[in-house]
Amino acid sequence: MEKKISLPLTYDKVKQLKIGDSVLITGVIYTARDAAHKRLVELLDEGKSMPIDVKDSIIYYVGPAPAKPGQPIGSAGPTTSYRMDPYTPRLLNSGLRGMIGKGLRSKEVIESMKKNGAVYFAAIGGAAALMSKSIKKAEIVAYEDLGSEAIRRLEVVDLPVIVVIDSEGNNLYEISQN
Amino acid sequence: MREINVFEITKAVRNLCINSNYYLSQDVKDRIKEAFNNESSSMAKDILEKILKNIDIAKNEDMPACQDTGMACVFVEIGQDIHIVGGDLEDAINEGVRQGYIEGYLRKSVVKDPLNRVNTKDNTPGVIYYDMVSGNKLNITVAPKGFGSENMSQIKMLKPADGIEGVKEFIIEVVRDAGPNPCPPIVVGVGIGGTFDKAANMAKRALIRPLSEKNNNKFYRDLEDEILEEINKLGIGPQGFGGKTTALAVNIETYPTHIAGLPVAVNINCHVTRHAHIEL
Repeated sequence: MEKKISLPLTYDKVKQLKIGDSVLITGVIYTARDAAHKRLVELLDEGKSMPIDVKDSIIYYVGPAPAKPGQPIGSAGPTTSYRMDPYTPRLLNSGLRGMIGKGLRSKEVIESMKKNGAVYFAAIGGAAALMSKSIKKAEIVAYEDLGSEAIRRLEVVDLPVIVVIDSEGNNLYEISQN
Repeated sequence: MREINVFEITKAVRNLCINSNYYLSQDVKDRIKEAFNNESSSMAKDILEKILKNIDIAKNEDMPACQDTGMACVFVEIGQDIHIVGGDLEDAINEGVRQGYIEGYLRKSVVKDPLNRVNTKDNTPGVIYYDMVSGNKLNITVAPKGFGSENMSQIKMLKPADGIEGVKEFIIEVVRDAGPNPCPPIVVGVGIGGTFDKAANMAKRALIRPLSEKNNNKFYRDLEDEILEEINKLGIGPQGFGGKTTALAVNIETYPTHIAGLPVAVNINCHVTRHAHIEL
């Protein structure tokens, strides 16, 4: 059974998502991976504001392939999430409501998700050409110098993901492998 | 003596970089189809179906199957009766990587220095391996390597007393530790023997062996089958959501080693296991 959700991703919407749910996401989300996370948290450390408003938003951990002429974006599947773990609780404390990636998260991230009411989705790693079909528009909004790691604003329609860790801290990886 | 101009090598490497990223080889696709037929859970089946669909989209639309188009690993077998003319061989290979990644709209994922991380913006340099062989041919294989799976790879210097049980345990432990991170179903490349670096090199080379081919030696062929079966009992499954297919294949390569040692390297690849080859 597929659930459809649209941005902004409010607390109430997150509370309805349970592990194992297949979800189709529509709306504006942002991309960020290792280098962009480092810079965002450096800004928070300095007490400055971030170039994107993460409140009730979703960050997709992806460094897309370049767009061919006439295409909004190139192949765009998830990267492995644990590398973002050291930075994630800071963003969740700032209102970030969802993350899309693949693979395990740290205890600290899961605790912060429970505290803040956030959800972690997995997209299918490696199914990057397929995922790109749900991205209708992409524009760089910060850190252009980082190339594929720049922060992009994506307009997505029915982006297919699976709820892996819900706001109660339930973890699909643990349950499905036992 | 047969001459090969570096211009031809650049062109070949360029095309191999693009083709390996766009068109997954049939052996990989066949194994994923088999896995799809063998799975019983609807989640595992659904994921494998989407992975197969992704391969078709990439092929039909000439786009990379995965956005991590990897670091270009280039294996060059140089026949000893060839004379390479027109320039420097290594420069020619890297020029091919540069052209392939730029003209093929592939992602540039290489930073110039591991600590001062500035992107080289053309995915150069590749990681290049040269082998001198007999004959007058030049064989080039390009295997773009993504780092979601590379990061899950490990090497261990076992004791000879650890024996076959120690080897099996280590390989399975590496796969278990990796869990969902390297985009299962994975391909497991194993190098046993040689030295520290030789074992790692063999593990990488094991990943370019077609999944339809087994080790030539029956002992190791059986070991490949046995370890694959054990891995698929772990229940990690496609993308880590449970299932019978954690790995598509285990490929083992071996080499003589020292009386005091038993090096074992495990190089993990994702289901987007890419390699393309040409003989010049």
